[in-house]
Amino acid sequence: MRALVREIYISIFEFVRTFGAFQLFFLRLLMHSPTLIVRRPGLVIKQIYNTGALSLVIIMVCGFFVGGVLGLQAYANLAKFNAEDSTGTVVALALIKELGPVITALLFAGRAGTALSSEIGLMKATDQLSAMEMMAINPVRRVLVPRFLGGVIAMPMLVAIFSCVGLFGAHVVVVELLDVDVGAFWQQMRYSIELIDIYEGIYKSIAFGIVISLLAVWEGYNAIPTAEGVGRATTRTVVISAIAVLILDFMITAVML
Amino acid sequence: MQQTRSVEIGTGLFVLLGMSALFFLTTQTTGGGNFSAAETYEVEARFGNVGSLKSRAPVAMSGVTIGRVTSVVFDPDTLEAKVVFVIDSQYDRIPDDSDASILTSGLLGSQYIGLQAGGSDIYLEDGSEILFTQSAIILENLIGKFLVNSGSSNID
Repeated sequence: MRALVREIYISIFEFVRTFGAFQLFFLRLLMHSPTLIVRRPGLVIKQIYNTGALSLVIIMVCGFFVGGVLGLQAYANLAKFNAEDSTGTVVALALIKELGPVITALLFAGRAGTALSSEIGLMKATDQLSAMEMMAINPVRRVLVPRFLGGVIAMPMLVAIFSCVGLFGAHVVVVELLDVDVGAFWQQMRYSIELIDIYEGIYKSIAFGIVISLLAVWEGYNAIPTAEGVGRATTRTVVISAIAVLILDFMITAVML
Repeated sequence: MQQTRSVEIGTGLFVLLGMSALFFLTTQTTGGGNFSAAETYEVEARFGNVGSLKSRAPVAMSGVTIGRVTSVVFDPDTLEAKVVFVIDSQYDRIPDDSDASILTSGLLGSQYIGLQAGGSDIYLEDGSEILFTQSAIILENLIGKFLVNSGSSNID
């Protein structure tokens, strides 16, 4: 019995400690960010390329089909009320406010988040980070901060591209294939979408970008330096990112409503 | 060196693409229903009941949006709702005896203010008030009246 109480005590203690360490880690990254972006912009650009530009293909293909299926579903159900003309509104609202940021975030966690944490984990396992410390180079500043910033900058761009390509996909399906009037499709959309809806998408994408990049970098940096440890860190990145993104999405929506 | 260049070009293209996507979203998917004019003048009107009229609702004349509601507040002195709206300055010859009514676009659409031109020679200007107003039609009241009427006709 006493052993059990002790076990629970230790696990709660460990949880709080990890949580605190996580916050301090975030602060450390933030502290190094401004000077790094001024002095070594090349490092950040390289990471924007890795996490952003190289994720373009998956984001655009998925965006096109998500938009297309939204258009199909919205059309099929709105047609029952003779309200096909509102298809554009439904698709655009769903894409811009919810599906764009969330699906992009999940894809981003799978495509870029895992790459980040396994790369950093492997650097740690092969003692590259220790070697840097030996050479008086701060690995947090040289390795982690550019990767974090790259993810944070790339994410809003990816979300905007996803939403745009999604709208184009919906246009192809709804206007070209299902013969909804093109003017009605775009005009109804314009009539009911306001700037605040777009801001909501942007806020969400920034928040998700920070969370995913932070988690990926944190998991990689704290990975157990073995093959299994790196694998586990990569898995944890995806799992925790997905949970965090969906919970955060709910909270931001509740606040913005 | 060559590799750095291609990375830089790729990143540049990616950021440009992202920016243009954002630009497309903010300009092409919004704004059709919104009203934006550089110069406006403010007019107010009092209604017995505004229904679900909200600020930013359009103000239309003959179906064309010429302005936007800026505030809907309850006036404790007159016990009426005071609606303030702005009208694009290019429409500066609206007679001051025009009447304002709160209409609904479509059966279940959002509410807006419709102006019906009057015949006066004096035009609306900044700060003037529209005196002839017609409150929003509340669907529940309408159904209530209908039920009461049909009930009494049965008794006869």
